[in-house]
This record gives sequence, C-alpha cells and structure tokens, in this order.
Amino acid sequence: MEILGLSLALLVLFVSFGFMVGVLFGFFGMGGSFLITPTLLLLDYPASVAIGSGLAFYFGTSVIAVLKHYDVGQVDYKLGAILFVVLSIGIELGSRLVFGLEALGIANLVTGIAYVVLLAGIGALFLRRAANLDDEEGAEDDDEDADDEIPAVGQKIQSYTVPPMISLTSGGRASLWTISGAGGSVGLVSGLIGVGGGFIRMPAIYYLIGTPLTAAVGTSLFAGLFSGAFGTFTYGMSGSVDLTVVSLLLVGSALGARIGSAATTMVDEDDVIVYFGIMMVLASAGIALSELANWLGTGALDLVSVLLLVGSSFFVASMILYKVVQSAGADDADDAGAQPATDGGD
Amino acid sequence: MIESVALPAPVQATLLVGVILVQAIILYAGYGVLERVATPLIKTITNA
Repeated sequence: MEILGLSLALLVLFVSFGFMVGVLFGFFGMGGSFLITPTLLLLDYPASVAIGSGLAFYFGTSVIAVLKHYDVGQVDYKLGAILFVVLSIGIELGSRLVFGLEALGIANLVTGIAYVVLLAGIGALFLRRAANLDDEEGAEDDDEDADDEIPAVGQKIQSYTVPPMISLTSGGRASLWTISGAGGSVGLVSGLIGVGGGFIRMPAIYYLIGTPLTAAVGTSLFAGLFSGAFGTFTYGMSGSVDLTVVSLLLVGSALGARIGSAATTMVDEDDVIVYFGIMMVLASAGIALSELANWLGTGALDLVSVLLLVGSSFFVASMILYKVVQSAGADDADDAGAQPATDGGD
Repeated sequence: MIESVALPAPVQATLLVGVILVQAIILYAGYGVLERVATPLIKTITNA
C-alpha cells in the first residue's frame, strides 16, 4: 500500500523520526538537520536529494524557531544581511561541488565520510562535556569565566583591520573579509553536506566576528533563515528536494520540538547529555558501516546502519520522554501529598 | 518534488520555498492551538 508515493512503513518512519529529532533538538537547542541527510543517504536517496531535502527541512525548522524566538534576543540586521549574502554564495558553491561529485559518481561517498567525521566530532564534544560535568560542578565560577573567554585564535582574527571595516550594532567593528571568510566557509559546509550549520555559524559570529552573545544568537537565526530558504531554492531548481519527505518530517518535528523544548524545564540536560554523545558516535558508526558495505558491494550491513542511526535517536528521545513522564508523575505525587496538609492548614 | 513540470525551474523552486514556509507557519500555529486546547483537557481528565 502506498500513500503519497511512499510505503506505509516509510511514511510512519519519516513522521516518527521527525518527531524524535524534534524532541532531541527542541531539548538540546539545535536544528537537527545533520541527522536527516545521513538517514536519507542510508535509505538510498541520491546525495543531491538527501542534501537538498536536509536543507529544506532545516529551512522549515528555522521558520518555526524564528516564530518562537521573534521577541527573544537582538538582531544585528546589517551583519545578518551581509552574512546572508556570503552564506548564500557558500551554499551555491557547495551545491555545485555536490553536483560535480555526483557526475563523478562519488557524491554519496564524500558526503558519507563528511558525516562520519562531523557526527563523531559532535559526539566526542558532548562526551567530553559529560565527562567534565563533575569537575565543572566543583569549580563552577572558574568555568563560567573560562567559557566566556575568547580563544587566542578568535582574538587574533577579531584584531584584523583589513578594510573595508563594517560597524556592528554592538558598537564594535569587523573587517568585511573576516565576515566573508567566516560566513562563506559555513555556507560552503551547509551546501556541501546539507546542514543548517547553526552549530558552527553562531560560534563563528561570536568568536570570529566579535558580536556579543545575545546578538549573535538572533543574528545567526536571522541569517540562517534566509540562507536556508536560498539553499532550498538552489536545490529546488534541479528538483533535488523531496517535498513529501520534508513535509512528513516537519509534521513530526514541529510537535516533537514543542515537547522537547517543554522538557527542558522538567529534565536536567546533564542527566541525558552522555546518551546524546553516545547517540552521535553510534550514528557516525552507522554511516561508516554503510560506506563499508557499499565498498564491499554488499547490502548485508544496511539494516544495522539504519538501526544504529535511527535506533539510537529513538532511544535517546524515548529516554527524555520517559524522564518527562517520570517527572510529571513525581509532581502529581507531591501535589497529592501536599493536599491534606493544605486542607489541614485551612 | 513539486509535480508542476510545466512551470520553469525558478518558479517551481520559489513555489517550493513558499510551500515549506506556509507549512511551517501552519504547523507552528496548529500545534500551538492544540497545546492550548489539550493541556486543560488532560489536566481535567487526570484530576477526575
């Protein structure tokens, strides 16, 4: 039985996977497109369609994020507009590279390897953060100071005053070359592997351009929204966006993100951060296995790859939902326990 | 992919961006309404 050109199993998979990705990233505050593209690659979608659909999904989630945060944080509109232009140029170059690699027949391999490195890197960062949690609790004040510090490389890049210089809303000034270099590189990565790039765009605006953190978040969101639209347009021009898949993922993700975002008030991020790190490493291993299977010319590892990538996401999202239910249950029990005392007091 | 093959590629791509934009707004608003309606309902059922 097929609905919208997809089997019922795939339809359920996309909506439920979108939901789980929404829960995860509503909770951890990321876009989540970097799980969508590799999943589509594992499901044998061509690299250009997987990347184009990943960017379109990112655009949809950006719209929802902007609607949610429209009154939160400041936006440096001039910097945002310049970033939009350079991000778009980067995305255009990245997409041309993908189509070039596709013509050579190595787009899936290159994208797959890029994701193995990216997901393993993010996983390692989260695992490191989880391992350092105890130390941070012991020396909280010292760590807060250390977190706010701009690294030496960032300070060096911020100190470049190659003209033309652009005045920032915050009062500082940044070289157009620095903005173009930082934005163009992020755009190239976005266009090449189909991620929104918020996890590198925001630090780039903060550490390299020198925008204050509050404005960096809003400006990143603003530039990301328009560059996401441009990425969708670029890949849409060649028919490389599967609207059905994107729509199904968004239906699940929009709901999941609400629940994930609400869960942050009930579940301590530190309790689940280690599982998120493990999930990323498992997802990376899943893609590596898939690439190995393709190289060996066997489909035997395909199921294991999908299970590692999708299964680990389902597991961590389910764990967050379980903790929400557990927390809600405990609150109800507390309310019930407190009720007689209140009545007695009256 | 949008099946409006007769339209030129830039128009199809613009249409695609518009469809995703509208869909995201509808989903955001729709789930917002659902949340407002469902939350008191769930509380009522739980407390009953």
